[in-house]
Amino acid sequence: MKWIQPVVAAAAVSIGLAGAAEARDLTVVSWGGAYQDAQKKIYFEPFKAATGKPLLDESWDGGIGVLRAQVEGGNATWDVVQVESEELELGCDEGILEEIDWSRIGGKERYLDQAVHDCGVGAIVWSFVMAYDRDRLAEAPTGWADFFDTAKIPGKRGLRQGPKGNLEFALMADGVPIEQVYDVLATEEGIDRAFAKLDTIKGDIVWWTAGAQPPQLLASGEVVLTSVYNGRIDAANRNDGRNFGIVWPGSLYTLDSWVILKDSPNIDAAYELIEFMGRPENQAKLPEAIAYGVTARDASAQIPADRLKDLPTAPENLAVSLQISDAFWLENIDRLTERFNVWAGN
Amino acid sequence: MNGAPPQDDPRIIARRLARTLRRRRLGAFLLVAPLLAFTLVVFVTPIADMLRRSVADDELARAWPRVAAALKEHGTDESGVPGEAVFAALAEDLRTSWENRTTAAAARRLNYEVPNGRSLAMNTARWVEGLDEAPESWRAALIARDPAWGEKATWSAIHHASGPISDYFLLASIDRRRDVDGTIVQVPEAERLYVQVYLRTFGIALSVTLLCLALGFPAAYLLASLPSRIGNVMLILVLLPFWTPLLVRTGAWVVVLQENGFVNQAILWLGLSDTPLRLIYNRTGVLIAMTHVLLPFMILPAYSVMRSIPPDYMRAAKSLGAPPTTAFLRVYLPQALPGIAAGALLVFIIALGYYITPALVGGASDRMISSFIALYTTGTANWGLAAALGSGLLVATLLLYLVYARLVGGVRAGAI
Repeated sequence: MKWIQPVVAAAAVSIGLAGAAEARDLTVVSWGGAYQDAQKKIYFEPFKAATGKPLLDESWDGGIGVLRAQVEGGNATWDVVQVESEELELGCDEGILEEIDWSRIGGKERYLDQAVHDCGVGAIVWSFVMAYDRDRLAEAPTGWADFFDTAKIPGKRGLRQGPKGNLEFALMADGVPIEQVYDVLATEEGIDRAFAKLDTIKGDIVWWTAGAQPPQLLASGEVVLTSVYNGRIDAANRNDGRNFGIVWPGSLYTLDSWVILKDSPNIDAAYELIEFMGRPENQAKLPEAIAYGVTARDASAQIPADRLKDLPTAPENLAVSLQISDAFWLENIDRLTERFNVWAGN
Repeated sequence: MNGAPPQDDPRIIARRLARTLRRRRLGAFLLVAPLLAFTLVVFVTPIADMLRRSVADDELARAWPRVAAALKEHGTDESGVPGEAVFAALAEDLRTSWENRTTAAAARRLNYEVPNGRSLAMNTARWVEGLDEAPESWRAALIARDPAWGEKATWSAIHHASGPISDYFLLASIDRRRDVDGTIVQVPEAERLYVQVYLRTFGIALSVTLLCLALGFPAAYLLASLPSRIGNVMLILVLLPFWTPLLVRTGAWVVVLQENGFVNQAILWLGLSDTPLRLIYNRTGVLIAMTHVLLPFMILPAYSVMRSIPPDYMRAAKSLGAPPTTAFLRVYLPQALPGIAAGALLVFIIALGYYITPALVGGASDRMISSFIALYTTGTANWGLAAALGSGLLVATLLLYLVYARLVGGVRAGAI
């Protein structure tokens, strides 16, 4: 969630003695900004109070290279890190993450199936959704087919610059059932089909690059519909008094996970912290602060219903969403990025 | 006294002079030594490393040393697929790389050239490592496990990536690759990107430079000809953009230029157009925003040179009968040229490296080369391609600079 940070929060420098790893306190690393403030309040401080153990927290901007440098330098200053799904996948392949011993964090059955991975446990669920301004659009769009129908809903559309997400949306708009999207994308014809669909509205697309842009594009009336990270829309509605609506059908969701860096000297404390953050009663407090879904099965029951409906993990939202396939994108991102840019640039 | 040469012997004087000069030179060198060391460490070394990475290609060979060596030794049959010895080496490499957790690096490198190369490597390595006993023939077993191991393309990719150096990344950065037979060919049309992006990058930088020149030259001229009290106040206005962060300035342009922004409302109100103009998320927006950001870099060097030109020269030229245009072209411009040239070069070079502004106010067809370099550096960790694209930018810029130096030098010589 590199996009959650409005401005980079200055990371607290851990004053662990270089080399004397065992003298280092448990250090947890997350995405900074409003999100980490919420985590501090709901997870980190209560953990310190409950266990009496020291805990330092830092923030980062992601990147597998950063984790590599931490572990391979042999002098890691971090223990528990929140990573995006690609970093989880790559880090696990490269052996720079501990394999999770599920018995120490409440067992696999405590968590949603999607949150269980060899090297990490899901922390939050966030979604890539379609949003519109209720004040400008009387009738809510029903799905991606409407997004590509400029006759039905005239006006410009916002999409994130790059192939990821857009190819999936284009296929859904073209009538591919949601559960078959990645099967179709796995073929050259499927990719051609997605680009052909995008081609039909090429002249009406405004490309955005930073997560802060889509709410601004909607607010100014520059676009009538846009793809956007769900947390941004919720924040605009709650903090800026906007009246934006989210179209959940056809949204793409993904998870961020907690991982433990390989050979962490604080591995016992790390498991303790992850177990504490995985308890349903603790997780249920997070969505009040920020519109992300949480991963413990029993947490949703403890979240007020009118809040739950805004989250990717609400059962009715999850039922009409698709998980982003990291396997597909790790395999194809370079090639499709080139192709996307050739297509978009002409 | 009669043995020693007299004190005013020219040879002694010459020697003394040489010694003094040497000492001076050494002193001067010591004075710049810290700067030189700093430049070497933070500037030259990273650039050298970048140039190295654009041809270094040892990721696969480090993870799979045996197969790389075996392939060099045994080669392939006429179908392009090697024999049992190479397959056995591959199996051993797969197994040990899976145990050492190094398969991922080889998988990533294979994936650049072979569709689904990543999963091919990862899945096969996982499978080999899990086998209880070696099969009779690794060749048959591996091809049965995944037919891709029996394809020429897979093996030519492994051959290309066997290192220690290769031209793969450099070729990729100019939309070329080697086909399965090793001949250099263009990539399919749908993937030809970087040559176009290079041209676009230089085109945008040149346009911005010309715009800055058109706007900056009169401004600098005005500043230089005002009395210094007023001139200094005006100079502060020129420096104002430096005191606002780049993102804020860019954001302000978004607000001003968007469809119902200030500029479009003014245009509609004045009746210049019936519909709002597209001034942002396209090339227009990029040129406006970049020109605004870079204008001070043009004005400051031009102004500092123009200040030092005595106004009497122009008056003298006029009194000698030169029409104003001739006086300006023959007398003023040659003296002002170093400042203008420095400003233009500064703007051009800075503009080449821009990518945040084009990303926020441009469209998809305005992405500049540095945004791709950033993408491959931090986004997908394809450092070979990032380095190759960076090296290409560096070489092209140096070539352009040489041309520019010749041109500007030529103009100056002709003006005397």
